Amino acid sequence: MTFLFTVSPDFAPDRLSGWYIFNTWLQKQTDSAIHLEMYNHYQQLHQAIEADKIDLIYANPYDAAMLVRNKGFLPLVKAQGQADEAIVAVHADSPAQDVADLQVNSRVAFTDDPDVRLMGMIMLEPADLDVGNIVPVLADSHVLVAKHLLKGEADAGIILAEAYDNLSGVIRKQLRVLVRSQISVIHHSLMVGPRLQARRGELRQVLLNMAADEKGGGVLAALGFSGWQAVDDEEMEFMIDLMDTLNT
Amino acid sequence: MISDMKPEDIVGDYREAELAFYDGSRRKVLYTELETPYPDGKLIVSTTTPEGVIRQVNRAFVEMSGYSEAELIGAPHNILRHPDMPAAAFKDLWETVLRGEKWQGYVKNLRKDGGYYWVKATVIPNVRGGKVVGYTSVRRKPSRTKVDECAKLYPTLR
Ligand SMILES: Cc1cc2nc3c(=O)[nH]c(=O)nc-3n(C[C@H](O)[C@H](O)[C@H](O)COP(=O)(O)O)c2cc1C
Repeated sequence: MTFLFTVSPDFAPDRLSGWYIFNTWLQKQTDSAIHLEMYNHYQQLHQAIEADKIDLIYANPYDAAMLVRNKGFLPLVKAQGQADEAIVAVHADSPAQDVADLQVNSRVAFTDDPDVRLMGMIMLEPADLDVGNIVPVLADSHVLVAKHLLKGEADAGIILAEAYDNLSGVIRKQLRVLVRSQISVIHHSLMVGPRLQARRGELRQVLLNMAADEKGGGVLAALGFSGWQAVDDEEMEFMIDLMDTLNT
Repeated sequence: MISDMKPEDIVGDYREAELAFYDGSRRKVLYTELETPYPDGKLIVSTTTPEGVIRQVNRAFVEMSGYSEAELIGAPHNILRHPDMPAAAFKDLWETVLRGEKWQGYVKNLRKDGGYYWVKATVIPNVRGGKVVGYTSVRRKPSRTKVDECAKLYPTLR
């Protein structure tokens, strides 16, 4: 049997080869056939999840909730010391100095990444902005969110903090961050679906040993991670509860 | 049981009030007009037992409340109860979460130093294996307009 592995479409494009190397490493370590399938958009990913095609997934917190509650997935590990955060940025010349300066009917650019959008919209609440009174500007990537700001096509943009930090200095100089989230407890997780659950303990051990493994360290570096850390059921439940409270 | 507030902990001029809690206990609180603004981008997170006793707090909770983590863990959540908050708000909170639903509202909280801070709070029941094992509350920065509305409305509900 070949298992299907996928990664939430919000991964950084320069990590694409890293995920393929990771998959090759994992197949060797576990002596299993695992096929890595990348989806470009959440819509395609969600169709695959709905059709019960996925066995292993590096999922964002938003999808993790649905995967656990509706699809019987269980958490394995998360990237050591990493958390998902978002920023709200404006053009450097924007008159807005504070989120509260943003007006009703502001054009707000974001991608279809549900976590980042959720965190961003929460940070817009102090300005009395919500999905009902902004003009959404949907962008295909975080870089394009930045471009909408630079071209004056959006008044504010919501970007994954890590993606913002990786934008070129030239672009960042022309932008200004109004607010950066400091939530710390929301993170991506590597999770197993029902068909792989009998091997959960084995998979987790392989991953936890990865940083110490001769080849594993280099594979992790290609992903931008220093190692994996176990996520237990209660930590995952807590994060789901947290996403639930935010999603109101 | 939580102890009365002590004058030596208070910063600035204060007034006194005696609060009567749902469990029958009472507490003398000292409160000032000093507002601590809610920090941008942060969330205050806590979890409680089904009875409302604090089990877990994050760093933002400690910073904003002015209490140490050790003082908070094991204390009832009404350690933050401000005399300006109408009892009806918390009655509604508990009735809502006991029905298994999410509660959301604007809350003025009392700091250990007598000052206050406004939050937009969401409380949800933590369901594990079909049973409520506690509650989680997440507070975020509220809009000034909403805070101003509540600051006007709440005294009329007390
Ligand atoms: C998860 C959770 C969080 C709460 N957070 C607060 C809070 O921040 N401030 C507050 O005054 N009461 C909070 N409460 C409500 C208190 O438990 C309590 O009902 C309230 O302070 C009024 O006190 P009383 O019910 O003893 O009269 C919270 C309750 C729960 C379950």
